[in-house]
Amino acid sequence: MYSYYLTIVLAPLFAAIVAGLFGYKIGRKGAHSITIGAVGLSCVLSFYVLYRMYWGGAEPENISVYTWAVSDGLRMEVGFLVDRLTVLMMAVVTFVSFMVHIYTIGYMHDDPGYQRFFSYISLFTFSMLMLVMSNNFLQLFFGWEAVGLVSYLLIGFWFKRETAIFANLKAFLVNRVGDFGFILGIAAVVMFTGSLDYATVFGQAEEVAAQSVEVFPGSPWNAMTLICILLFIGAMGKSAQAPLHVWLPDSMEGPTPISALIHAATMVTAGIFMVARMSPLYEFSTTALAVVIVIGAITAFFMGLLGIVQNDIKRVVAYSTLSQLGYMTVALGASAYGAAIFHLMTHAFFKALLFLAAGSVIIAMHHEQDIRKMGGIRKYMPITYWTSLIGSLALIGFPGTAGFFSKDLLIEAVRDSHWHGEGAVYWIAYLSVLLGVFVTALYSFRMFFLVFHGEERMDKETRSHLHETPWVVTVPLVMLAIPSLAIGWFTVGPVLFGGFFGDAIFVEHSRDVLAHIGEHWHGPMGLLTHTWQTPVFWLAMGGLATAVYLYLLRPDLPAKIKAKVEGLYNLLDRKYYFDDLYIKGFAAWGRGIGTALWKHGDQFLIDGVLVNGTANSVGKLAGVMRQLQSGYLYTYAFAMIIGLTMFLGWLIWFR
Amino acid sequence: MVDNLLSVLIWLPIAGGVVLLAMGDGNDAASARANAMRWTALAVSVLTFVLSIGLYTGFDTTTAAMQFVERAPWIDAIDVWYYLGVDGFSAPLILLTTFITPLVVIAGWDVIKTRPAQYFAAFLILEGLMNGVFSALDGLLFYVFWEAMLVPMFLIIGVWGGERRVYATLKFFLYTFLGSVLMLVAFIYLYRLTGSFDMGRWMEVPVSLTAQKMIFIAFLLAFAIKVPMWPVHTWLPDAHVEAPTGGSVILAAILLKMGGYGFVRFSLPMVPDGSRYFAGMMIALSLIAVVYIGFVALMQKDMKKLIAYSSIAHMGFVTLGFFIVWHMFGESGAVLGVSGGMVQMVSHGLISGAMFLCVGVLYDRVHSRQISDYGGVANTMPVFAAFMVLFAMANAGLPGTSGFVGEFMVIIASFKANPWFAFFAAMTLVLGAAYTLWMIKRVVYGEVANDHVATLEDVNRREFIVLGILAFAVLLVGLWPAPLIDMMEVTIQHLVEQAGQTKY
Repeated sequence: MYSYYLTIVLAPLFAAIVAGLFGYKIGRKGAHSITIGAVGLSCVLSFYVLYRMYWGGAEPENISVYTWAVSDGLRMEVGFLVDRLTVLMMAVVTFVSFMVHIYTIGYMHDDPGYQRFFSYISLFTFSMLMLVMSNNFLQLFFGWEAVGLVSYLLIGFWFKRETAIFANLKAFLVNRVGDFGFILGIAAVVMFTGSLDYATVFGQAEEVAAQSVEVFPGSPWNAMTLICILLFIGAMGKSAQAPLHVWLPDSMEGPTPISALIHAATMVTAGIFMVARMSPLYEFSTTALAVVIVIGAITAFFMGLLGIVQNDIKRVVAYSTLSQLGYMTVALGASAYGAAIFHLMTHAFFKALLFLAAGSVIIAMHHEQDIRKMGGIRKYMPITYWTSLIGSLALIGFPGTAGFFSKDLLIEAVRDSHWHGEGAVYWIAYLSVLLGVFVTALYSFRMFFLVFHGEERMDKETRSHLHETPWVVTVPLVMLAIPSLAIGWFTVGPVLFGGFFGDAIFVEHSRDVLAHIGEHWHGPMGLLTHTWQTPVFWLAMGGLATAVYLYLLRPDLPAKIKAKVEGLYNLLDRKYYFDDLYIKGFAAWGRGIGTALWKHGDQFLIDGVLVNGTANSVGKLAGVMRQLQSGYLYTYAFAMIIGLTMFLGWLIWFR
Repeated sequence: MVDNLLSVLIWLPIAGGVVLLAMGDGNDAASARANAMRWTALAVSVLTFVLSIGLYTGFDTTTAAMQFVERAPWIDAIDVWYYLGVDGFSAPLILLTTFITPLVVIAGWDVIKTRPAQYFAAFLILEGLMNGVFSALDGLLFYVFWEAMLVPMFLIIGVWGGERRVYATLKFFLYTFLGSVLMLVAFIYLYRLTGSFDMGRWMEVPVSLTAQKMIFIAFLLAFAIKVPMWPVHTWLPDAHVEAPTGGSVILAAILLKMGGYGFVRFSLPMVPDGSRYFAGMMIALSLIAVVYIGFVALMQKDMKKLIAYSSIAHMGFVTLGFFIVWHMFGESGAVLGVSGGMVQMVSHGLISGAMFLCVGVLYDRVHSRQISDYGGVANTMPVFAAFMVLFAMANAGLPGTSGFVGEFMVIIASFKANPWFAFFAAMTLVLGAAYTLWMIKRVVYGEVANDHVATLEDVNRREFIVLGILAFAVLLVGLWPAPLIDMMEVTIQHLVEQAGQTKY
């Protein structure tokens, strides 16, 4: 299987290099053929590996590819760990990437950077596969930063736009803040285990958890808590958890295909994947899990609220992504790793679908993204309309869709988790995910109705050109709509309760909430028939009904409500003032420190006073000395007499 | 195999330089004679590099002993020897020197309009002297090479430099000279103690603690100025700004490494107790370099100054890696730190060299180094933009490039020494990305900013070759640093033992 794994990883890299370096020679057709061929190959092989492992009963494999370096007994390697968690991620990543590649032919049709774009997204597929297939922390970090690099390049793909190059710098720097914690976490892992290899590190988890470290003098921290929190800071950057979420909405400056691929389906879920992968560590630190669940809950609820006031079609979906990532993080904190990964998978399909559908609308609207200038598009774009509807229903967890199974069980897992009865943490987490359901339904269908229903608010010129997008765009929509609608039915049982992940995910027995729920599991039909008894269902319906009332029946109301609660509206509109804090606060503050150190430290103190000051002093002293060297005989004679007198005096009186 | 390989690597380029000086170019850069001189310089530097590969292929990675040793009496009266040899510290740095010099020759090819023969001669002679510094095992021989190196560099900045070159050269010369004079005093003290200039003897001889402290201070001034460490760093930005591109490249890529090399060759093994005594201070200065200089670099308006400050911050990792040794005796981590510092030196040589060459490419076209004079370069120079973004990412320590390797190893090792060291060191992840990529944003991206940028032509074949070779090297070291690290590992283990001993 080794050659299969290598092919899966290297085919997109090879295609990226060819399309990137020789794009001008092979032309547009050559560039998209080779990259699509390569990612298609990866996709097919990934599904084969998935099939072998799940139905063929193949054992997980842990293979070293080459030794990157060895120093001081620390082996730094590049290698693959292909287990049941990995194969699922490989299948999701390559499938969505494949769809996005095809879609890109249509979306980037007229763009002069066509070959460059294909090169970048193929490079991304390679990086993401390196990340999920890694068997050690070094390669994990490589993949982690490499996807960050490609994200940077793609957000700034249209590099002439000031907003795009601002957004990509912001994304990279905010991610680097997360990586700052991440690399310290890796350093802590090495400190306590002496290894970067997953298997070795996980094997020592228990001993590590028994140690403590004095971060601040006099206050010992549990070593595992320190490791897990530091690693989680990395996840907060990559998976855009509050307060490091600010880069994701701005990343929408990039072309829509990459918003779907990178900033919805795959890269941003790397943090979720990482924590699940590290479950053998997180399970040993309740404190770290508490941090995880609270951060996730805050993100899930408060970022969802922001989706209600956005008017840019892509930004609404972006805030929705933030909120859903929060859901997954909450599941991680509740030790329901399987539920998090399951939601990650269904979310990858329906969120990629929603982004690509939004992109389809944007193409048809000639790159207009303001939903206030849309409306009634339903009749012009039937395929986009129906697929969007499926995506939106899956997002709000409408019974029967993929999102229903993953979200319903996620919330159930939080409700029954070991945090139950633990006070504030429990209520923050549970209420957030519960109320978030209402919010999700409200913002999703607000957007849906404003775009597809109601009055046609675009100008005449645009309206006359409105029509359905070409097949390269709509086929991926349909291909993604199918799993969004159906995949829950036949995967929910096996993935969550059938021991799908095997040994890949470790949950401490007393916390294994999914096993607990599994005892009462009666198949997807059972869940569906009981859904009307759950608050989740009624909250989702409530949100949907509110959207129907406000945006279909009484479209005059939203403006009135907005006027009534202006303070709240401003708070949401300004995104809780995070951007102001970071840009006017931290960034300006950093530049201020830089200027102060440079002008006062380097130029004034070191150069001015010390270096040139010394030079000047020497010069002045020399000037004084020069006065003595007057060249007049009588001055020298006088000096001699004075000197002689003093010398004699000293001899007489002091000796 | 070449006998006396080290001597060849020293004297071949120097001889080539002398020939160039003797032939001259008739003061006409366009003449056939000047052209012949260019080709001669290139041939000599490439030949030197090709020969130096023997240093890699013939290197025994299993021993910490000196290899390729040459020894002949030089001044019998005071027991001075012409004594050369390399170990895991010096061999990679010699390879770096012989690798960078041909690139500098190509980079200066038709850019240097005045006295090209002398220009190339200065670089060839400098190359030989630098190889001499790295291979000398006799204290006095080392000192001679060390000081002689200043002369060609002084001329390179003073003759082919920018407007304020006189100020910059004087500052550069006085700063570094001040340091080395004290080093000479320490050498003489050690000579009086041992009756020999053999550096191996100096490592073994017991020295009282007080004397060790004073020797350490004397060494410190010499090496800290070269590195340069905060607060004796202010000569570097001025020197870089005024130096011609090739001068900046050599200065950043090789000359700064002299300081780091000095610490591992002299301070740590010769005065281990003195080094231990001052280790805390050295770590503090290193971390100040990373954080303080990181902030200063952020606000630079001149690209060369920005890269110069970034060099200082990166070199902070080198000294940090070296001086955390004393926090980890008897445990693993000490070797990792020193190893990381050494890798950082080699990597910084490649990346900073590449960055200065990138600025040189722009300067040759627009004659400005100010960030504000650019914007949207990617529109007119797409190939160049790809290179510059790659090197910028390497400068920001992206995994897969050489810039990551050393930083990663030092951060891992320093966390073990004290998590707070790693905390401050890791701030470079944010600061390094901020100052480098902010510059990229303002220079490379955006709309075409002005007429100069609108008429820019992309890199020519000559520039493409130079940048391409460096890009290859940066990626190679980043993706597979094992050969480089293996070369140094045993030597570093030996050094850590030496540094751990008490010798008073």
